[in-house]
Amino acid sequence: MMRLLRLLVLSAGAALVLFPFVFMISTSLKSQSEVFSAGLQLIPVTWDAAENYSKAFSRIPMLQVLGNGALVCALIVVFQVLFALPAAYALAKLRFPGRDALFALVMLGLLVPIHAISIPLYAAARVSGLLNTLAVLIMPFTLSVFAIFLFRQFVKAIPDDLILAARSDGLSESAIVWRVLLPNAWPAASAFAVFSVVAHWNDLYWPLIAISKTHLATPPLGLLFFRAAEVGDDYGALMAATVVVTAPLVLFFLFAQRLFIDGMTMTGLKG
Amino acid sequence: MTQDRAALHLRGIGKSFGATRVLQGIDLAAAPGEFVALVGPSGCGKSTLLRIAAGLEAPDEGAVELDGLDVTAMRAADRDMAMVFQSYALYPHLTARQNMALPLLMRRLSATQRLPFAHLVPGVRKRLTAIGAEVASAADLLRITPLLDRKPAQMSGGQRQRVALGRALVRHPRAFLMDEPLSNLDAALRVHMRGEIVELHRRAGVVTLYVTHDQEEALGMADRIAVMLGGRILQCDTPGVVYRDPAHVDVATFIGSPRINLLPARIEGGRAMVGGTHFASGLALADGTALRLGIRPENLRLHASAAPGRLPVRLVRCEYLGAEVHAHLHAEPDAGPLIARMPPAEAATLAAHPALFVSAEPAHLLAFDAEGYRLRLHSPAREPAHAN
Repeated sequence: MMRLLRLLVLSAGAALVLFPFVFMISTSLKSQSEVFSAGLQLIPVTWDAAENYSKAFSRIPMLQVLGNGALVCALIVVFQVLFALPAAYALAKLRFPGRDALFALVMLGLLVPIHAISIPLYAAARVSGLLNTLAVLIMPFTLSVFAIFLFRQFVKAIPDDLILAARSDGLSESAIVWRVLLPNAWPAASAFAVFSVVAHWNDLYWPLIAISKTHLATPPLGLLFFRAAEVGDDYGALMAATVVVTAPLVLFFLFAQRLFIDGMTMTGLKG
Repeated sequence: MTQDRAALHLRGIGKSFGATRVLQGIDLAAAPGEFVALVGPSGCGKSTLLRIAAGLEAPDEGAVELDGLDVTAMRAADRDMAMVFQSYALYPHLTARQNMALPLLMRRLSATQRLPFAHLVPGVRKRLTAIGAEVASAADLLRITPLLDRKPAQMSGGQRQRVALGRALVRHPRAFLMDEPLSNLDAALRVHMRGEIVELHRRAGVVTLYVTHDQEEALGMADRIAVMLGGRILQCDTPGVVYRDPAHVDVATFIGSPRINLLPARIEGGRAMVGGTHFASGLALADGTALRLGIRPENLRLHASAAPGRLPVRLVRCEYLGAEVHAHLHAEPDAGPLIARMPPAEAATLAAHPALFVSAEPAHLLAFDAEGYRLRLHSPAREPAHAN
């Protein structure tokens, strides 16, 4: 009885969460007239999928927009790991005066949202002529305080002996980071990558400020341009574009979820 | 051993962590090829000393010399010493083969030669082949060839320890530094690995510093033992001398199992009195001197009748250990617990006696003053020290 109740509650919750997605897909398949017909019809009567989806790919350079999103997200993750891992190593394992104060300052960085510093960032980008480039989409996010924090916790859990063994084996400090920590940091790195990619694929705020050219748009901004290009009420095509923009992230998440769970359950670093 | 012959020489090493003085003026010299055990209870500073020798920790004062060269300021990587850790410290993401090859790769190849695809360059490939051959021969020596393609998580503790030894052995270092390498193994394997490590040390012929808290390990393996307590070396000598002729009561109690018997005594008229009983005579000490008399369990004689020099005891229990029996005694009226070690045949007769008394040969008495330092009662009857 309890099980049945639990199943019902969970199903209701899942249905509630999934309904907008189902409705989005359904609308993207419908013809213009059917979208506005009264009543809730999930399976279209007249299929207009081909037209809607071809509009989604033709009105704006959709493939390029998706490519921009992938490139920007990938580079952001790469740089974040590249900068955060050495910082995390230093904060977790090296002894130097002021280390804890430095870490406290890094943590303070968590309190500053992008919105608070977007005007100085915009001004800097304008002065350096980086507005309307892909670089400006990447640079503000290459230093992730959250990544430093996450990796520091991870590096702290690595036994000191492993670091000492590496040093006496002739590894330099940077070799320790890249040859010992990075290969062992995959669980933490993939968990972090999930957060990072989801956040930056979906980010509309900063691209909206920094980019005004359609061919440089990231997916959410591309969607905005699409709606602007599509004067009128062609919701079928708009939903088709939304499906195209959302699908890669959903697929990535389904794939990364495994990594994510593996990352959380993978223990036994002790060599 | 003269100092200029020392392969590894620690001079006046001092180290503090915050307000705690962990090491205070440690001097230790090890001859080429010598196996020196640093033994002491946990927290005595022995691991810190080892890390200072390895260059993984910087001393506050003093110097580390390797083959006559001051290496105090040198990085661990450049000292060419190999360290073996209690936790094995194998790289979890690498196979045994890669674990063993890594120190050689880091030493013999430049950063560019270590890049991916650099192995396509003929010169680099030749070196990699040589490294592979050396790893294979070290693995052969340690009998871990079948494990070479496994990762640490797929190995047992003993197997990991062998790989860790292999990783140290393969680079032919100038010194081995071992930090309790056997402590994580089960008892049977530990005894077996002792023999293997001694054998490896003999083959390699390289000076070895071996840290352990297990006095039995130190006695059984080392050429010399340095007994550490509270950041100082109390005594450094061959196992035989440290056992028979301890310089301090802490050395006497730490070395030897079961523990040495200690009886509080007082000098009265040239005789040592324990409780109210005359226990030993012929001590050239002033009247009223308080001292502790140490007697190894195997040197305690049991008697059925009272006589001068015999202390009345009560039998608490007998612990049967196969080849020998430990008789747990209590000295009357209240001089504390004693343990006597004897053959089973002798122990069998104990229960029949209504009263028991113990005595010790004067030569077997070790006297310690109130501070715990050794009082020389007789000219020490040293047996010839081990050759080294």
